[in-house]
Amino acid sequence: MAVLDCRGLACPQPVVSTKQALDQLKEGELMVIVNNASSCNNVERFALSEGCSVKIREAGEDLYVHIHKAVGEHVRKATQPDLKAKKVVVYINSQHVGSGDEDLGSFLMKAFLKTLLDFETQPNRIILVNSGVQLATEGSKVLETLQMLSEKGAEIICCGTCVDFYELKGKVKVGRISNMYEIIDSMLEADRVIRP
Amino acid sequence: MGPEDLDQVLKELPIPKDPKVLVGLDTSDDAGVYQLNEEVALVQTVDFFTPIVDDPFTFGQVAVANALSDVYAMGGTPLTGMNLVAFPIKTLPSSILKEILLGGLSKMKEAGVALVGGHTIEDPEIKYGLAVTGIVHPDKILTNAKARVGDKLVLTKPLGTGIISTALKAGMASQEAVRKIVESMVTLNRTAAEWMKKLGAHACTDITGFSFIGHVLEMATASRVGVVIHSGDVPVFPEAVEYAGMGLIPGGAHSNQDFFSCKVEIHSDVQNLLVDIFYDPQTSGGLLISVPSSEAEKLIATLKKEGHGHSSIVGEVVEEPLGKIRLL
Repeated sequence: MAVLDCRGLACPQPVVSTKQALDQLKEGELMVIVNNASSCNNVERFALSEGCSVKIREAGEDLYVHIHKAVGEHVRKATQPDLKAKKVVVYINSQHVGSGDEDLGSFLMKAFLKTLLDFETQPNRIILVNSGVQLATEGSKVLETLQMLSEKGAEIICCGTCVDFYELKGKVKVGRISNMYEIIDSMLEADRVIRP
Repeated sequence: MGPEDLDQVLKELPIPKDPKVLVGLDTSDDAGVYQLNEEVALVQTVDFFTPIVDDPFTFGQVAVANALSDVYAMGGTPLTGMNLVAFPIKTLPSSILKEILLGGLSKMKEAGVALVGGHTIEDPEIKYGLAVTGIVHPDKILTNAKARVGDKLVLTKPLGTGIISTALKAGMASQEAVRKIVESMVTLNRTAAEWMKKLGAHACTDITGFSFIGHVLEMATASRVGVVIHSGDVPVFPEAVEYAGMGLIPGGAHSNQDFFSCKVEIHSDVQNLLVDIFYDPQTSGGLLISVPSSEAEKLIATLKKEGHGHSSIVGEVVEEPLGKIRLL
């Protein structure tokens, strides 16, 4: 697989290099390595706009953007999931499922999120509130599962007040910071709100 | 420099208070204002940056239009300018520098601003801009701190210059897209400023590096108000939407988003790509004017006749959420 090391390159060079590499690739895999979120977002977006599929893996400071280009015509997909189509929202207000034994609660949360991946209906948004924000931060055991849910189209949003309360600013590894207005709006606009 | 890094540094500076400083660092305004006497206050600002277009003459024009804008945004009249130049004179021909300076001079002439000097250093990376001095009547300063609940917000130029410049750097911008942003960036904000003053604007700021959202928030914070923005009414370059979809987003947009997003409530209907453009750092952007709602339509109609065809009412000033934006 071709590997493109774009670490330390100034914007928009990572996208330019990715474009050049994808133009030369009829079909197959390309791995682009970057070391900041903004280059990662840009390269991912570009690859998606070219009809490729994308998986992202983090390793320390580095981000590995694994791009797969399918054989056939160059296809330009819609570049962003249409937020108007929000139907299912998952509301998670604790890192544990239920009350009682916390170890059991953590185990159940891991199982809940993993099993969620198996369903045809995927959530459009996952809201993390109170200790739920810890699921999306450094050290969380469900980061990979949340990343996979994100790749399948779930937008993960973390309550900003909660992130600040738990002193996790800068440690959110998947999803983005949000606020009460957006959280309530998401739930009101959803067809269904589910909870673990 | 991104807003977070700048904030860190400025927080630590022990700046002494001076009653003659009518506008200083406290309100993150466009220029500094210092009272000389009852009739006259000095307006000072400085701006410089690296090239965002390929043609040196155009770059010079854009840099000067950008620098002068801060004086117009305060309701002032720029009088003199001093060049700030960084140039790799040993590796690039001096004719390029000459073209940049000629471009700058052409804009200064248009604005009636006298070039009175400058400073040049050798640098591997080209930078150009201007330190500007102007004047304003102390009672007629248009800060960003007096927006009133009930005002309408008017934006005079479209958004998206950062994204399109990034696409240009990547060799992916169309000629038409570049032509559009150049036309916008070389347009002085002078006429818009004259009309906003005539129609009794309460507050003003110009949209530049901290993005539309960043500068709207500066106004909301300084004025102690909230702002509602109607995303569909905000003028944007359509090519910026396309290029944003391709990931041609400058790093500055991400810094802006990281710093400002906690103060922005985004309604679920707002397109993601539009949000990217709202965080896009602008060069020589338009004026954001807070004007009494009774004058808003008149201001738009006049600006459209005077060459600011994209001017739009983009939102209104409200009581809540205080210091935040509600993006609909």
